[in-house]
Amino acid sequence: MIPSKFDYVRPSSLDEAVRALADAGDDAKVIAGGQSLLPLLRLRLANPELLVDVGGIDELRGVTDEGDSLLIGARTTHYQLVHDPLIAEHCGLIAETAETVADPAVRHRGTFGGSLAHGDPAGDLPAVALALDATLIARGPGGDREIPAADFFVDYLTTALEPAEVLTGIRVPKLPGWGYRYEKFHRTAQAWATVGVAALVQRSNGQVANARIGLTNMGPVPVRATAAEEAATGAQASRDSLRAAASRAGEGTEPPADLHGAPDYRRHLARVLTGRALAAAAGV
Amino acid sequence: MTHITVTVDGARYADDVEPRMLLVHYLREVVGKTGTPIGCDTSNCGACTVLMNGESVKSCAVLAVQADGADITTIEGLANGELHPLQRAFHEMHALQCGYCTPGMIIAAADLLRDNPHPTEREVREGLEGNLCRCTGYENIVRAVQRAAEAGATS
Amino acid sequence: MTAPTVAHPAELGRARLRKEDARLITGQTNWTDNIVLPGLLHMAFLRSPHAHARITSVNVSAARQLPGVIAAYSGADFADEQGSLPCAWPVTPDIVIPAHPPMAVDEVRYVGEAVAVVVARNRYEAADAIEAIEVDYEPLPPVLDIRTALDEDSPKVHEAGNKSFEWVFGNGDIDAAFSGAPVVVERTYRQQRLIPSAMEPRAVVAASTGDEVTLWSSTQIPHVLRVMLALVTGIPEQNIRVIAPDVGGGFGSKLQVTAEEVLAVLITRKLGRPVKWTESRSEGNMTTHHGRDQWQRIRIAADSDGRIRGLDVDLLADMGAYLMLVTPGIPLLGAFMFNGIYKMDALAFKCTGVFTTKMPTDAYRGAGRPEATFAIERTIDELAVELGLEPLELRARNWIAHEEFPYTTIAGLTYDSGNYEAATAKAKELFRYDELRQEQAERNARNDPVRLGIGISTFTEMCGLAPSRVLGSLSYGAGGWESASIRMLPTGKVEVVTGSSAHGQGHETAWSQIVADQLGVPFEDIRVLHGDTQVSPKGMDTYGSRSLAVGGMALVGACDKVIEKARVIAAGMIEASADDLEWTAGRFSVRGDPEKAVTIGEIALAAFAAHNLPEGVEPSLDSDHTYDPDNFSFPHGTHLCATEIDTETGMVTIRSYVAVDDVGKVVNPLIVEGQVHGGIAQGIAQALYEEAVYDDAGNLVTTTLADYLVPSAADLPSYVTSRTESPSDNRLGVKGVGEAGTIASTPAVVNAIIDALRPLGVSDVIMPCTPERVWRAIQSAQQSGATS
Repeated sequence: MIPSKFDYVRPSSLDEAVRALADAGDDAKVIAGGQSLLPLLRLRLANPELLVDVGGIDELRGVTDEGDSLLIGARTTHYQLVHDPLIAEHCGLIAETAETVADPAVRHRGTFGGSLAHGDPAGDLPAVALALDATLIARGPGGDREIPAADFFVDYLTTALEPAEVLTGIRVPKLPGWGYRYEKFHRTAQAWATVGVAALVQRSNGQVANARIGLTNMGPVPVRATAAEEAATGAQASRDSLRAAASRAGEGTEPPADLHGAPDYRRHLARVLTGRALAAAAGV
Repeated sequence: MTHITVTVDGARYADDVEPRMLLVHYLREVVGKTGTPIGCDTSNCGACTVLMNGESVKSCAVLAVQADGADITTIEGLANGELHPLQRAFHEMHALQCGYCTPGMIIAAADLLRDNPHPTEREVREGLEGNLCRCTGYENIVRAVQRAAEAGATS
Repeated sequence: MTAPTVAHPAELGRARLRKEDARLITGQTNWTDNIVLPGLLHMAFLRSPHAHARITSVNVSAARQLPGVIAAYSGADFADEQGSLPCAWPVTPDIVIPAHPPMAVDEVRYVGEAVAVVVARNRYEAADAIEAIEVDYEPLPPVLDIRTALDEDSPKVHEAGNKSFEWVFGNGDIDAAFSGAPVVVERTYRQQRLIPSAMEPRAVVAASTGDEVTLWSSTQIPHVLRVMLALVTGIPEQNIRVIAPDVGGGFGSKLQVTAEEVLAVLITRKLGRPVKWTESRSEGNMTTHHGRDQWQRIRIAADSDGRIRGLDVDLLADMGAYLMLVTPGIPLLGAFMFNGIYKMDALAFKCTGVFTTKMPTDAYRGAGRPEATFAIERTIDELAVELGLEPLELRARNWIAHEEFPYTTIAGLTYDSGNYEAATAKAKELFRYDELRQEQAERNARNDPVRLGIGISTFTEMCGLAPSRVLGSLSYGAGGWESASIRMLPTGKVEVVTGSSAHGQGHETAWSQIVADQLGVPFEDIRVLHGDTQVSPKGMDTYGSRSLAVGGMALVGACDKVIEKARVIAAGMIEASADDLEWTAGRFSVRGDPEKAVTIGEIALAAFAAHNLPEGVEPSLDSDHTYDPDNFSFPHGTHLCATEIDTETGMVTIRSYVAVDDVGKVVNPLIVEGQVHGGIAQGIAQALYEEAVYDDAGNLVTTTLADYLVPSAADLPSYVTSRTESPSDNRLGVKGVGEAGTIASTPAVVNAIIDALRPLGVSDVIMPCTPERVWRAIQSAQQSGATS
């Protein structure tokens, strides 16, 4: 209910934040919206000695059009992801997914960067970042670093970020003409995804030219359903073919066992939901 | 201790607080706004919902230090001499029983109507997905929000 | 006693908006956690992380040294004074009621049991201090499954063994009913363990001055709590004051005498300073009592035309680690309701109460009756399938016909009134039953992956607890009466003091309506006082859907006495004979000479001035009445639920829900409807979402609302509700409604799920019917090739 004690700084620049983290070693945590961190603090599942609040750092905000890609500031809230016109136009998958996260009040505070840096495979946005082949940009004591999403999620609640690094932005490709869908299966509106599927499909003449599938809550990290992607690529853009391709969605996954599903049920859901997501993304 | 300045229901407060102090505790125990209750420890129930710079937030999932410089409205600051249309609608539609979830529910509804002045029933239900009620079964809450929307309550 | 009639009741049935709302919608509330007193200290508890362990040592010295900490105690520090938390319902003479120290001394028996407490200057310092307490435990094996807890080789929760009691009841010749019965259906059902989850977490504040102690608590039972505190602590009853301030929901979970209440009282007296404790949600999920938790073996015997011959019920009920206030009685409250609305020749009931190393169970909305109704309504559907009968038809062949009321059932209860035919007909129409059956048939025919199911629940329930004599015969420790006082103020206003203790039910409004009708006084001129034993000294509190049927009748009785006293004074004022006076709508007038009249307000003022009262008449109209009902009340209803099931994922969606309820005469239809809505929501939640889950080590897994899925508005359907009205035989004609929605809805939903899946070979899904469970039921039916 009540967090352990911690010190708190609210730097006004990115470099100040990096310095504060570097000085604190392993005992500091970054706080942005705090929607993932506050419950952990309150249950004393996380007990950092220092919180570095990046809420005042302007460089971390905003969505920039880079031509082929968008650069989304780490502090962009879920609400902003839903409503930003550039994201709506060029990366609708992110807007659609962000709208499924938690509830409106949480979405007003929770941030894109925060969700990704938290690295919870049950969160919705990591699978989306993975499916988009996003690039995550971090600033550390040595300067800026670009980390491909495929390398970013290392283990359960563990990312490639070094202790003194701050995630500053996420670069996502525009993928013009691609269809997309986030299928989130959860027991109640507030519940975490039992399984979630982020699908992106590029069609060409009634066939699937390219497919990308990111899975939520199918392992300690978000996973790409690569076997299903391969099966879908070149397949007919029809419900039946895409269902067939989706039958491989569970391959290479290590879904957790918990109250909401055993691994075999989750694999089954992954297959069903991937079929539905691919079909919706393919517009069939 | 960290020094913060916060505006709550139109009045300014300056305090030194522990960084770990939750905004909801700051409101209830330092500022004295006991109208906003606490219902859980995982940001699920929404009883603690307040407006922060015009947007709904769960005040148990915000540190008081993060509210430095912010403008907070609690249920106690919603009415302006007379009842807010949502307060009136909740009363008229019997949208509360024990009343514990009511402050958060009304604030969440106010935020919903600001964003979407004419929600469908589905949109009302989804807009309130972050606020739990154990007494009413939500039926009358949904009716009250729709009624307030008809009455033109947009904030 | 005179029985003056209310000629034109203006308030009965009126949709009055609530008096309670003004403060609740503006945040001017008085929750226990709001209370601040000079010198207030905060308590925090250290709780056992083990389901079962011996405590070998507790060291609080480090905690005591921390800044802001005033005191820290282990169970040993209170061993002599804390007594045992009471069980007021020893259901059998040989029942095992283990000692239940508020703070564990030698042994812990459930995760969350209190082991030590700190008292600190503020809640933050208290939370830190408990981490400095060192406890050594010797873990013992947990006992987690009541189905194996009675085995020879099971570890023991208590030395006396894991069986607390066995209670048997029966009527009619059960063997004859079953032997030779053309059809016998046997089923096993699981009533899963639930966490009541009122939105307001429990909180207590205790303050003492000299000999007196005041306890504020988020409780449903200030009066019962006061008596129990006196008995447990030895503090003289007249020195204890209990106050229930605003209470944010109870649903039975705050019908309890808790460790925290007892310890707060003891600690405030020890320290001479007021203390507060507020639970967190995760703490409360572990330590506020749980609901339900039974395994039920049900057998029904019928003739080939569907007429029920007999019902045999065998329950295993999980008590948890200790017996709390009414823990063993909860399953027995259902004992008389397994026969439901049906006639039959014989009923046999057995319940075995079993200990486990889990949080104790106790009352939760419906308390025994949802369990009973679920069992019979599921079984009726199963029997219908066995017989090839339409499920509503089977019900109609067995239910008590409208003309037969009042009807004494096989369980020995006399149902006051009912009209199952009318409620069912209305429900069918609102639900579009025939249309939906048609759609269902079409979907089945084309093997639609989304199946439609229709679930029925025709229920009655026994509420309005309770005739004291009946409670005595069941060995319940208290009575079932309720008390009311009316005070006529000199300015003609009225104060009503009730022994009921509302926590959302709108008594301030409904009681004002009743008194307004009885005394002819405007609704606005009445104030209802409750919840503080110093203000309302006498009562039996609120639970069991009793407050209107019992408390409302106490009001009527008190009003009768006021009118009687007023008559005497009025006669003097008008200079007429008391027998010549007529009472209508708040005034006495001379029969045949209506101009010669005097209002109740004028009489009250005259009583106050007392200048001219008749010889020997007391200058007071004030009256008390304590009403003991002579029977329970039996609301009933027909609920119909349509579910759609995505067979590929197992996801269940409720497409429509219709409830036609009969709660007798209605005082306030808004309040009644609200109770039905809320009750239905909790019953649906049991069917689909909720379960208190313990892991193999005995840890509660569902400690937060992230895992214990209380549904939001987005997870529930809209309900269509309607009513029929079969008055009860009390003068108001009222029955109870608080639990009815919950009792009815769970089987309606589960029956709908099974109805949808039967063509796929599924005949049961254990609650909660999660998507995974539904999906697995389909898989396993398909694999075994079972289809119908």
